[in-house]
Amino acid sequence: MTASTKAAAVGGRRTADGAADTAGGYRPPALQRVRTWFANRFAIIAAIVVLVYLFVPVAYTFVFSFNDYRKSNIVWNGDAGPTLKHWKNPCGAPGVCDALVTSLKVGSIATVVATILGTMLAFALVRHRFRGRSTSNVLIFIPMATPEIVLGASLLTIFVQGFSRFGLRLGFWTIVIAHIMFCISFVVVTVKARLQSLDPRLEEAAQDLYAGPGGTFWRVTFPLVLPGIVGAALLSFSLSFDDFIITNFVSGDETTFPKFVYVSYLRGIPAQANVIGFSMFVIAVALVIAGQVIGNSRRK
Amino acid sequence: MTVASAHVAGGGTTHADPAPAGGARKRSWTAYLLLLPGGLWLLLFFVIPLVQLFTVSLQSGFPGYPGYYYRDVNIGNYGTALTEFAGHFGRSLLYAGLATFFAFILAYPLAYAMAFKAGKWRNVMMICVIAPFFTSFILRTIAWRQILADDGPVASTLKFLHLLPGGHITETWMAVVAGLTYNFLPFMVLPIYASLERADARVIEAGGDLYANGFTTFRTVTLPMSMPGVIAGTLLTFIPAAGDYVNADLLGSDRSTKMVGNVIESQFFKVLGGFPVAAALSFTLMALILAMVFLYIRRFGTEELL
Repeated sequence: MTASTKAAAVGGRRTADGAADTAGGYRPPALQRVRTWFANRFAIIAAIVVLVYLFVPVAYTFVFSFNDYRKSNIVWNGDAGPTLKHWKNPCGAPGVCDALVTSLKVGSIATVVATILGTMLAFALVRHRFRGRSTSNVLIFIPMATPEIVLGASLLTIFVQGFSRFGLRLGFWTIVIAHIMFCISFVVVTVKARLQSLDPRLEEAAQDLYAGPGGTFWRVTFPLVLPGIVGAALLSFSLSFDDFIITNFVSGDETTFPKFVYVSYLRGIPAQANVIGFSMFVIAVALVIAGQVIGNSRRK
Repeated sequence: MTVASAHVAGGGTTHADPAPAGGARKRSWTAYLLLLPGGLWLLLFFVIPLVQLFTVSLQSGFPGYPGYYYRDVNIGNYGTALTEFAGHFGRSLLYAGLATFFAFILAYPLAYAMAFKAGKWRNVMMICVIAPFFTSFILRTIAWRQILADDGPVASTLKFLHLLPGGHITETWMAVVAGLTYNFLPFMVLPIYASLERADARVIEAGGDLYANGFTTFRTVTLPMSMPGVIAGTLLTFIPAAGDYVNADLLGSDRSTKMVGNVIESQFFKVLGGFPVAAALSFTLMALILAMVFLYIRRFGTEELL
């Protein structure tokens, strides 16, 4: 097959010898053309396949939010057909909306605090020389290199054996404290990268134009770093919203959305969880796209 | 001010200057003020808890009174952790290693396409990588359990092709590794993308112009340029995967696929008097991972991480 195609191609070129130069130019053999076509698009094709793979369970969650199941939402009930009843009553399952509200509250508080603390740390580490700078760098890196289960276990022991003396009980605030802790490192890394890639000449130019240190910071540095800070905040919120392992250790009786799903797994997860999970996904995508569009229009 | 003007006059050389802009001139107490709140938080809720966990790992239980401990230097907890649960440690490292490898294979083309081929779709692809977080990873893992179930589409197809000798995917190591790969894939994609985005596409094109074929260009130009991202990505995938217990719990079997995380979790919550051994297990896991991380960073060296 290969040989014949090649021969045909070679033959074709020979016969068209005189005309080829004026008309179409050189055409590589068919097989090679197919290979180049795939080689040029390999990354794109592979990327689409991987993206589809990322979305497979999300699609599953979406489909099963329409399941009119009897006992548990595992097998598709073909007799009843798709239903909208879970979408009409998303808080219908006991506790599911309370868990969602808790997750949103924890995520918001943790994101705000972690973003502020982490950004301050990033500025200190990039813009200042001080004693213990490399130690601080390592200290900030280690929480990311520590498995969540170890963070959860250590927090549980200190909350139960140490901090309970100060009246701190396992619950909402211990979850917030833990989430702030593990988000800080991610904020520092994200903001640091942005700060390091800034052109220092921009700030120097501002100073040359007689901007004071405050003016330089708020009108030049901060707007330039802002995309990094926003990215860090988004990352913090998604990490906090999706965290289960650490939350499970420090939450006591409080229930977040992931914990609600995990705990109800044995009894059967209500389809309302699918509705909420998929809606949060859509809302997140919509918000980020809206932010993009606003950002783009401002730049123009 | 004069220094700054000189720098501007100096033109392009400024950017390569390792000293931060004006950093040397700022008084250092600003630095400490910036560090104080975040540092205090990490001290109170990261360092001190770890120290406490370490003292717990050395405690002994009162014989006959499960759940009560006294302060001790009982290294025996570490002996128990290492001998009784050696298999779990091995499994954790093996599964995490496999998952990291597969995640790398899947993540690289995606990150590459995002950085060089996506054009205006770049941000949309970025959202697509992060957005599944919002469906909750527990929900998605349970979805995988149904998709990979014995009568589900994947297992049926493999059985039809006689590629599944055991007849099951769930309840085996395959499902656990698949789940770990899936759940930590975004942590591999994002750092690789970040380092490729910073790389100069023209350098890669130059490889092609100098008659290197696709694979050679990738091996000698693209991959080395993205190495900081690859290292960060493998760490951010391997570490949580090695400590995970949710995938083994939801996708694996009760006996043959349990990882260290499952043991720690059950020692803490289900075994009365299990605190010291669980703490010893946690500490061993952390020490093991930190040692591997530092060896790894030293071997493939990158300052950018720290």
